[in-house]
Amino acid sequence: MRHLSEKSQKNSSSSVAFWRQWLVFAGLVLTLAAPARAELVIEITRGAVKPIPIAIVPFGWAGPGNAPGDAAGVIRSDLFGSGRFDPLANEDMLERPARGVDIDFDNWRLVAVDYVLVGRLEQIGDELALTYQLFDVYGARQVVADSLVLEPRELRLASHRVADAVFEAITGVKGVFATRVAYISVSGRPPERTYRLIVADADGNNEYVLLESAQPIMSPSWSPDGRQLAYVSFESGRAAVYVQTLRTGSRRAVSDRPGVNNAPAWSPDGRQLALTLSDAEGNLDVHVLTLLGNRLVRLTERRSIDTEPTWSADGRHVYFTSDRGGAPQVYRIAADGSEDAPERVTFEGNYNARPRVSPDGRYLAVVHDDRGRFRVAVQDLESGALQVLSDGALDESPAFAPNSAQLIYATRREGRGVLETVSTDGLISGRVKSVGNDVREPVWSPYAR
Amino acid sequence: MNKRLILTVLATAFVAAGCGPKRATLPEYEDTSTEVSGSGSDSSSGSGMADSSIRSRGFEEDSVATDTADALIIYFEYDRAEVRPEYADLLAAHARRLSGNSGLRLRLEGHADERGSREYNIGLGERRAQAVRRLLLIQGASAGQISTVSYGEERPVAFGSTESDYEKNRRVELSYR
Repeated sequence: MRHLSEKSQKNSSSSVAFWRQWLVFAGLVLTLAAPARAELVIEITRGAVKPIPIAIVPFGWAGPGNAPGDAAGVIRSDLFGSGRFDPLANEDMLERPARGVDIDFDNWRLVAVDYVLVGRLEQIGDELALTYQLFDVYGARQVVADSLVLEPRELRLASHRVADAVFEAITGVKGVFATRVAYISVSGRPPERTYRLIVADADGNNEYVLLESAQPIMSPSWSPDGRQLAYVSFESGRAAVYVQTLRTGSRRAVSDRPGVNNAPAWSPDGRQLALTLSDAEGNLDVHVLTLLGNRLVRLTERRSIDTEPTWSADGRHVYFTSDRGGAPQVYRIAADGSEDAPERVTFEGNYNARPRVSPDGRYLAVVHDDRGRFRVAVQDLESGALQVLSDGALDESPAFAPNSAQLIYATRREGRGVLETVSTDGLISGRVKSVGNDVREPVWSPYAR
Repeated sequence: MNKRLILTVLATAFVAAGCGPKRATLPEYEDTSTEVSGSGSDSSSGSGMADSSIRSRGFEEDSVATDTADALIIYFEYDRAEVRPEYADLLAAHARRLSGNSGLRLRLEGHADERGSREYNIGLGERRAQAVRRLLLIQGASAGQISTVSYGEERPVAFGSTESDYEKNRRVELSYR
């Protein structure tokens, strides 16, 4: 996929390589991959008070036969699923232009939309050209436009990229429709349980099973370049931390010591993993493993449970859960091992655990005991103010989207593990509908680079 | 042999083997300590008596102990890793089985209920497995015979979200190899 115009080319070329590699990988692991039925479908349970009215006109097609896909449909579904937009139904459109010059803005003012997106697909040899233009209806001016050249199989991804561009142009927040989510899916009852590590597009499509095991798999963590996942697998009969490259499917055990090898978390520079190891007495402590050279530094030394490490956005500190004060709370310590005593970070309530720092460094997401219910909360790292975002009883494993504006987390509904999303300001929430299996431990990929 | 004495010594060992913040969870056994040490016919020190008591009891009550050692699960209180005193006989029997057969290997699998975060529960399961391990070592099993693994909340046996489900999931399973 490449851009034709000069606009918005900043993140294109290497991401093309990334997605090409991803698609190649997807081909290689077909033996492992389940059929590509969507296990997850996103449904908004609480949207913005005033979602932005927008018209996404069905795209024109210039080529033989039918269009190879419904780009406008994917974009509409993305924007609607964000909870921030109210797309106009196709049957309410008074005209269906494919180019900006053909738009009669009065026709769009009449149906009270603020924005209108038009576009067209053209066949050019073996490739497709996807051109789009977004207009501000009341100002009658073009907001953003671009033209992408892609292979037909990249159409869905290209459509997500258009949705990202529209979302950013209107809200000022970078879109995350072209990202992915990794999660754990569990099916069956003992002794026939199956644990799967799955990666899917952020909208639930294109699922691939990266690992399938009769023993537990847990704690997936993306490398900052989005090309690898670290996770814990009990396949050998005990916990070990593995790193798997998505493109090739190849993997290696990076920590397989006696006792606990758990909770891997990639450093922002991709060179280190924070993880939890136990000593001979079974005490859990947070360590930092430098992947190249296999150097290990122990950060904590207490007879407490010290675990669930995560990195500060600048990579200088590691946040972790510890029950050293009695109940679990979040602490922070220098990532280079230079500090003896960590600093306590959470103070509200008697239980705050499983910290995750937003990519912009502003917020700390935790699991917070809200009067006997475990809920997702975010703490403003500057002011210290804590806000509870979810309303379940067993909400866990919050993970930030790469734009820091949204979280995905796991909870239980009707006795089953499901995933839900919530905006970091708590105003918009959604449910990720899944079929049958217990799904848990979602982790949002970084932006493709 | 004096059964109360055995319980007293074990109770002490159990409390000592627990970790993290402790409460006096075994008052009825602790309260008997004075009475027990005074009533023993052997005049040697308390700890010496305790060791010999446990060993001799093993020989005397072997058939009972074999039955006891067939139980392979120990249950725990919420967010706690202290072994409850009701498991004293069970663990004594397993310790005897291990010390009497050095080729025997035991794997202790620690588990937690679903409340609390997953990786913290790995820590809790490990703590529980280690608490059982220490009690077996104190009573004569050797370190090389026992391995531990924590599954946290990843391998429940009860799948509901009621207190009775949670009770069944907070456990250490003993698995002989």
